[in-house]
Amino acid sequence: MLEIEAQKQLRDFDLDVKFQVRDGEILMLVGENGCGKTTVLNLVAGLLPPDSGEIYLGGETLFSSNFEVNLSPESRNIGYVFQSYALFPHMTVYENVAFGLKTRKLSKRDIDDRVNGFLEASGLWDVRSEKAVNISGGQRQRVALARALVIEPDLLLFDEPLAALDTRMQAHMRRELRDLIHDCAVPSIIVTHDLKDVYAIGDRVCLIEGGKIAFDGMAKVPLSEEDGAPLLNDTFLKSWESEGDLWSWSRSPESRAQKGNE
Amino acid sequence: MALPVLSLFLKSYSEVTIQTLRDPLVADALSLSLFTSALTVTIVILFGTPISYVNARFGYPGKELIDSLIELPVIMPPAVAGIALLMAFGRMGVLGHHLHALGLSMAFTTMAVIVAQIFVSAPFYMRQAKTSFEDVDLVFEDAARTLGATQVYAFFHVTMPMALNGMISGAIMTFARALGEFGATIMFAGNFQGRTQTMPLAIYTAMQGDLNVSLCLALILVTISFVVIVIVKIFTRRRISRSARN
Repeated sequence: MLEIEAQKQLRDFDLDVKFQVRDGEILMLVGENGCGKTTVLNLVAGLLPPDSGEIYLGGETLFSSNFEVNLSPESRNIGYVFQSYALFPHMTVYENVAFGLKTRKLSKRDIDDRVNGFLEASGLWDVRSEKAVNISGGQRQRVALARALVIEPDLLLFDEPLAALDTRMQAHMRRELRDLIHDCAVPSIIVTHDLKDVYAIGDRVCLIEGGKIAFDGMAKVPLSEEDGAPLLNDTFLKSWESEGDLWSWSRSPESRAQKGNE
Repeated sequence: MALPVLSLFLKSYSEVTIQTLRDPLVADALSLSLFTSALTVTIVILFGTPISYVNARFGYPGKELIDSLIELPVIMPPAVAGIALLMAFGRMGVLGHHLHALGLSMAFTTMAVIVAQIFVSAPFYMRQAKTSFEDVDLVFEDAARTLGATQVYAFFHVTMPMALNGMISGAIMTFARALGEFGATIMFAGNFQGRTQTMPLAIYTAMQGDLNVSLCLALILVTISFVVIVIVKIFTRRRISRSARN
């Protein structure tokens, strides 16, 4: 289980978040641009230090301001799929997937076995010798996923993993992504802008506004009766159906309250 | 622009040029220039790379000042560079005074040639290396770190290979600048054949006697400069096409 309670002063606002993600659970982080979603991922991954707070993963302390603990990113064993995928352009597909195993100093045979298994399972075997810049968007996404999963992470982080794909590929990858993550049975956090991602992939959804969690609840259709969920799902669905845009309802607290009363 | 360069070739006679290559003045100058320039590039890469990386990635108080100081020798007149080096490392210089007390003397030695070359040519590498490191998006290093790489491992396996073309073209420019260095060298290292007389100094010396020797050395320098420009263009083009693909 991932437990996070962290504060960090950002340029425009103070980020202050507190939530938990159970093993095998997929938490969708949603919110407007610049509300602090990616910052939360970077805090968990160790790429940014919180000003204060605690982050625990599977009972291990990743960060604690009280005990002055701050594990480096390389010590956290977290699989992170970046928005741009961040595939190393000077390396082949094989070398990209093998990178995290080489840093762990596994034997060449172990690396070969595990990487080849992932390449075959991901449909990347035929492009294994291609440079990462020479493959399609869908293939890049699979490489980024394979690279994050092959290290057998204790936590998975995804920053807009489907944003760079076309609509048809997105629909296919949503199913695949959900299955893959559930197979891993580790906590996962996915940052997204797309409501379709929330409902198709997520188990839970956290809405972040101005660095604070404005809503935390189930991400399922039909509506549940849990605290706040009807409001969220109702407005989500309305705005999704009308504009496909979550932010038509969430821009101001007043408009949200008004919509909630309707 | 091309006329002066063409004139060098038109005024040279191949037989005379080949014969002149055996002249001890030419052989000494050529070997000394290649040796000192190669050593200069090696030292600049070893010390310039980490400094360039730090300047590209991190902010610290006085960074602008350090950046400006690194680039200053590019626009500094060579004679001023020579005097500055004498004031620093000469027998009565700020540091040279202490070195002399320890029995070490730098001025007018081969070491002085190398120091002068480093002083005037290092900015060419350091500026290019810094730009190349800045061009590598930080997200690649972040990705490497989350995959278990230490900062050092990420630098050698991710950042440096991605910045390599720029680093190589910077190193080649540094080599070319070191090879052509004249003003600071003659003031700080003197003009002693086999010890401090590099090719540009030998051209200057030979001009007072045998023009053929000057022409022969000039042709060698022009040829090397042309090859350097071609290589730099190739590496620059590769870098641009890779950036476009990304």
